[in-house]
Amino acid sequence: MAPSVTPWWRNRRLIPWLVQAAVGLLVLVLVAFLLGNLVQNLAAAGLLLTWRWIGNPAGFDIAGSWLPFSADQPYWWALLAGLVNTLRVVVIGLIGASIVGTAVGVASFSGNALLRGLARVYVELIRNIPLLLQLVFWYFVVFLSLPGGAQAIQWPGVVLAQSGLYLGMPELVNGVWQAPIRLSVEFAALLTGLIVYISAFISEVVRGGIASVPKGQWEAARALGFSPLQTLRRVVLPQALPVIVPGLNNQYISLAKSSSLAIACGYADLYSVAETTLNQTGRAVEVMVILLGAYLAMDLVISALMNALNRAVQLRSR
Amino acid sequence: MERSSSLQRLRAALFASRLDGLITVVLLAALLAGGQALLHWLVFKAQWAVIQANSTLFAIGRYPLDQQWRLWLLSVLLAAATGVSWGWLRAFPRPDRRTRLWPANDRLAAAVLAGLALLLPLFLQLSAAISQRWWGITALLLACRWWAGRVGPALPAAVRRGWPVIWPLLYLLGMTLIAGGLGLPVVSPSRWGGLLLTLIEASFAILLCFPLGVLLALGRRSRLPLLRWLSVLYIEFIRGAPLITLLFLGQNILGLLLPGGFSPDRVWRAAWVLTFFAAAYVAEAVRSGLVALPPGQMEAARALGLPVHQAMLKVVLPQALRVALPAMVGQFINLLQDTTLLSLIGLFELLGTARAVMANPAFLGKDAEVYLVLAVLFWCCCAALGLGSRALETRLNSNPQPA
Repeated sequence: MAPSVTPWWRNRRLIPWLVQAAVGLLVLVLVAFLLGNLVQNLAAAGLLLTWRWIGNPAGFDIAGSWLPFSADQPYWWALLAGLVNTLRVVVIGLIGASIVGTAVGVASFSGNALLRGLARVYVELIRNIPLLLQLVFWYFVVFLSLPGGAQAIQWPGVVLAQSGLYLGMPELVNGVWQAPIRLSVEFAALLTGLIVYISAFISEVVRGGIASVPKGQWEAARALGFSPLQTLRRVVLPQALPVIVPGLNNQYISLAKSSSLAIACGYADLYSVAETTLNQTGRAVEVMVILLGAYLAMDLVISALMNALNRAVQLRSR
Repeated sequence: MERSSSLQRLRAALFASRLDGLITVVLLAALLAGGQALLHWLVFKAQWAVIQANSTLFAIGRYPLDQQWRLWLLSVLLAAATGVSWGWLRAFPRPDRRTRLWPANDRLAAAVLAGLALLLPLFLQLSAAISQRWWGITALLLACRWWAGRVGPALPAAVRRGWPVIWPLLYLLGMTLIAGGLGLPVVSPSRWGGLLLTLIEASFAILLCFPLGVLLALGRRSRLPLLRWLSVLYIEFIRGAPLITLLFLGQNILGLLLPGGFSPDRVWRAAWVLTFFAAAYVAEAVRSGLVALPPGQMEAARALGLPVHQAMLKVVLPQALRVALPAMVGQFINLLQDTTLLSLIGLFELLGTARAVMANPAFLGKDAEVYLVLAVLFWCCCAALGLGSRALETRLNSNPQPA
């Protein structure tokens, strides 16, 4: 009787390596095929990779740039100005969305049935309408139809006019508002849209975190004589935060990526500057690398910060 | 007695303390003021002519007039299939359950559907012929729902079990009807638009991103390092980039990556980008389901002598996918919403059509009406997907809470 030899296709050591080799080969061939085509097509179009164009004057203007920018400055400075504009809306948006989201999330635990119901309606309404639709709504329907001049909406220290949002003692000089801080309507529309949309998701994260704290904790704190606000701050939130922070991370990254829709309401963010750059230079691959790299870096920074925060809020068990 | 107790409940809910009372009064005042302003605008100020004049454009874009019968035929088939499926889902709860698992407000849903179908054509001021067709299609749907419930028990069980196969067949048939081929004149994708294009893009991406996402999730959990790293690389790359940059990549760079001159139509390029984008997110949803499953399931299946692929298909995946279902449907809803981004790369889906319509001087400044209608449409579609997911969850749940 011949000794039973395991045939090679049943060899449990060999098979994984064969599978990996096959997959690896397939991926390599695919990548080589695509890159080969890319080089060939770029060479045919005379657009082989180079970064020399990035020092050429941009020739277009960026409305509402924070960095000083004019059309004769180079492309890299234009892209940097776009990045700064993106960072501005992302940072302020993160803070605003966190505040509104937490408020709505806490409101959904209110003893007041009307407030509770409104919090639910807010979340269900906002989550089921596309962000882009909301952005064009805020820009074209709300902010562009604001009254200007003396009819502008005025609160103490704040004026909201068709020409922008003025902060810090605005004055009407010859029919034009003047103030130390002026935000363009494009910026205001984008910021409002992002805050409203992301805050609905953040409120769900906050709600889930608070719901994960057992009800007995509320009751015990109340029985010890804590006020509702104290209970929330001293007892419930410290236990809810370890659940909330990882969820917040996802929403913050989502906000950073969603800011690229700025182009829909005419705000010159990184993406819109990059698109203009591409249309002028035809450098599709280089512009794409810059764009993807910038957003990836932004995501990584947010993740790193949130991970640090996560370590800080984790309950230390004795 | 009854009345006083409900009054007391209302009081406890709204006026428990002085602060609560104040909040309630302020909110009520704000709600009433806002509601009144909105109603006043809806009834007296809004001009719906922009919707009424462009309803065909919003529905199907510039689909050729003499080929529109194909879309009507498709609507009829879809209505009949939906009606039969609905009727059977309602009439046959799962055999292993005694409790009714189909939502109890089913009659309400039918009534809302009938009411909408009756009133919408009137509101849109569609021509009599088109209104009658819509009424006929709705009547067919409701008739099929009723008929399936009545006739179902008399039919052999195999017919009912085999029925779901009709959906993939219908999808293929529908795409053929829309795009042409098999003897029908071809309608180029550039003529599709409005709701039709939105639904085509979303359904195509949803159907294809699901298997792709499952494969990626399995790859990420694989013991083979190469598969694992490739999956992680892909998922994290896609999740790190905004969708608009990927769509942009699809429009500007895909043509460069393929041999000269060979590049699919813009509509299909966008559909593929959506698919590859959503697959990364679906993969993460499926992975959460796989992680939630105790490893003992796989070990037990292997110990019973099932080969790995069968253990995966018959034991692990069904349970993992059930856990992952809500997260997956959440991604599908996102995908449906993300189709609006196609308007930024020049496709005429719903939002793109809206922008094109409003560029027409005759409809300048009618943004509020158009965006409101689109918002209602998207809200209804997304909310329906969410409701369907919850109904499916209860139906698939293997451990129902005792009633």
